[in-house]
Amino acid sequence: MTATTLRPTSAGPTLGVVTQKRVVLSEWIKLRSLRSTIFALLAAVVCTIGLGLLIAALRANQIETNGGFHPGPDFDATAVTLRGVYLAQLAIGVLGVLVITGEYSTGMIRATLSAVPRRLPVLWAKAAVFAVVVFVSMGISSLIAFEGGAAFFSGAGIHISLSTPGAARAVLGAALYLTVIGLLGVGLGFLIRNTAGAISALFGLMLVLPPIANALPSSLYNDIDKYLPLIAGTQVMTTVGGGSSVLSPWAGMGVFTLYAVAAIGLGAVVLKRRDA
Amino acid sequence: MIEARGLTKRYGDKVAVDDLTFTVQPGIVTGFLGPNGAGKSTTMRMLMGLDAPTKGTSTINGRRYADQAAPMREVGALLEAKAIHSGRSARNHLLALAATTGIPRRRVEEVIGLVGLTGVAGKRAGGFSLGMGQRLGIASALLGDPGTLILDEPVNGLDPEGILWIRNLLKALAAEGRTIFVSSHLMSEMALTASHLIVIGRGRMIADVGVEELTRMASHNRVKVRTTEAPRLRQLLAGNGVVVTPTDLDTVEVTGLDSAQIGIVAARVGIALIELTPMQASLEEAFMDITRDTVEFGTSANTASLTETEGALR
Repeated sequence: MTATTLRPTSAGPTLGVVTQKRVVLSEWIKLRSLRSTIFALLAAVVCTIGLGLLIAALRANQIETNGGFHPGPDFDATAVTLRGVYLAQLAIGVLGVLVITGEYSTGMIRATLSAVPRRLPVLWAKAAVFAVVVFVSMGISSLIAFEGGAAFFSGAGIHISLSTPGAARAVLGAALYLTVIGLLGVGLGFLIRNTAGAISALFGLMLVLPPIANALPSSLYNDIDKYLPLIAGTQVMTTVGGGSSVLSPWAGMGVFTLYAVAAIGLGAVVLKRRDA
Repeated sequence: MIEARGLTKRYGDKVAVDDLTFTVQPGIVTGFLGPNGAGKSTTMRMLMGLDAPTKGTSTINGRRYADQAAPMREVGALLEAKAIHSGRSARNHLLALAATTGIPRRRVEEVIGLVGLTGVAGKRAGGFSLGMGQRLGIASALLGDPGTLILDEPVNGLDPEGILWIRNLLKALAAEGRTIFVSSHLMSEMALTASHLIVIGRGRMIADVGVEELTRMASHNRVKVRTTEAPRLRQLLAGNGVVVTPTDLDTVEVTGLDSAQIGIVAARVGIALIELTPMQASLEEAFMDITRDTVEFGTSANTASLTETEGALR
């Protein structure tokens, strides 16, 4: 029995030192080595493109069979092509949570934090790797959904392109919206640590809050509804409408991002303070 | 070298680890013994900076674990059998851990071979048996070729061949001058690997001794005596802290005197001794003996004294 060991023959001065860059590489290996990640991303891609194209095709077909009758200036063809994002957000939100809670439920987090005892680099690396992967994959997906949808609409006489006012911002915004909802999931994952709890919190915040707020007296509701995460965050995907009842696209995205920043900030405090 | 000073962990009212102070020296295998629930795992998690102590400090080579610049090169740990994401392959698990500290892929393959997982390294860890999970955990502990190893129940789930393997591995690593701290609830296992023991019960320090010293400490100078005149010898010896228990018609067990003293007394009055045997407690017995009062989940045999106390109170 020989204990094979690694004598520091080629040892540079930084051998074994933990750096943020190295932790990012580690998290990248982790993210791409899980089947669940691949499936969730694939599901989000299929939802964004498939559902977007399907809805655009149906609407274009309806307009065509109406004899080319234009549905009016309020019709937001761009937003229609990006409607698949509403389904994709489930996959991305759940993935954001799972990237964290999967480590807690399996015990992996103890190996992770033993390797990186200062802890916070793990959170930054996880958030960064996840954000880049989601932004790139969802950016490409929403661009494909938009261009494909635009092709259907042009057959019906409605012409949209990336140079249509607000369209490029909406396509970019779709990718941003999904990235931020994923990061909200990451933050809640660190905060709550439990998969079911964090997913409930995420979609409670996103989907359950609006109808509850809706039941409030209108004087109260009108003041708060535009700040709710779903309503604030989705403005960036619209090119028509707006008005004083909602925030402007970028202001809405800013508010939505604040929710994610708050969740990640609280998650960071919990990660640093609480026993693993 | 691992140093714990007044290490304490409280969960609400319950004290899991109570004021532990000890030093684990390099160059030998140090066993960390105690019944289930004694606080071994909690202590090890505190050493690794995973749980924050309520009071006290611990350092490895003079530094808190969280302050280590190159943690995996300083310390390797096996804390739970499955600190592994079940969906990831063994190789990717190790590659991800290695990446945090710039350990090359070559070393990952090396430790996979070292723990004997080459054939299954590409398989998802979720399908691993307990023993394979342990081997993967040991592989991660060895990744950085650390000078200190902290292993929580490493033989758990290993087959006899695996147990022998880890025993030899630990001894070899200690012989290279490393600090090896291994917990177990099995004295028999530690007797074969460790040369120093830290024994705790209910979170408190019970013994911090060499293996040989512990055996001596716990054997209460029992001497087995066979003689043709057992009743007479018994009368002669008993009293003054000396207890003589008949175990057979011609045999007694004497506590409180060593064999030389008994022999001299017998010779002086002319009692013939047929057998005079000092009884050494086995390490297992020694362990049971010193932890008896601290077993967290005792069976009725262990709680007999409690029943007696209750009877006395009534």
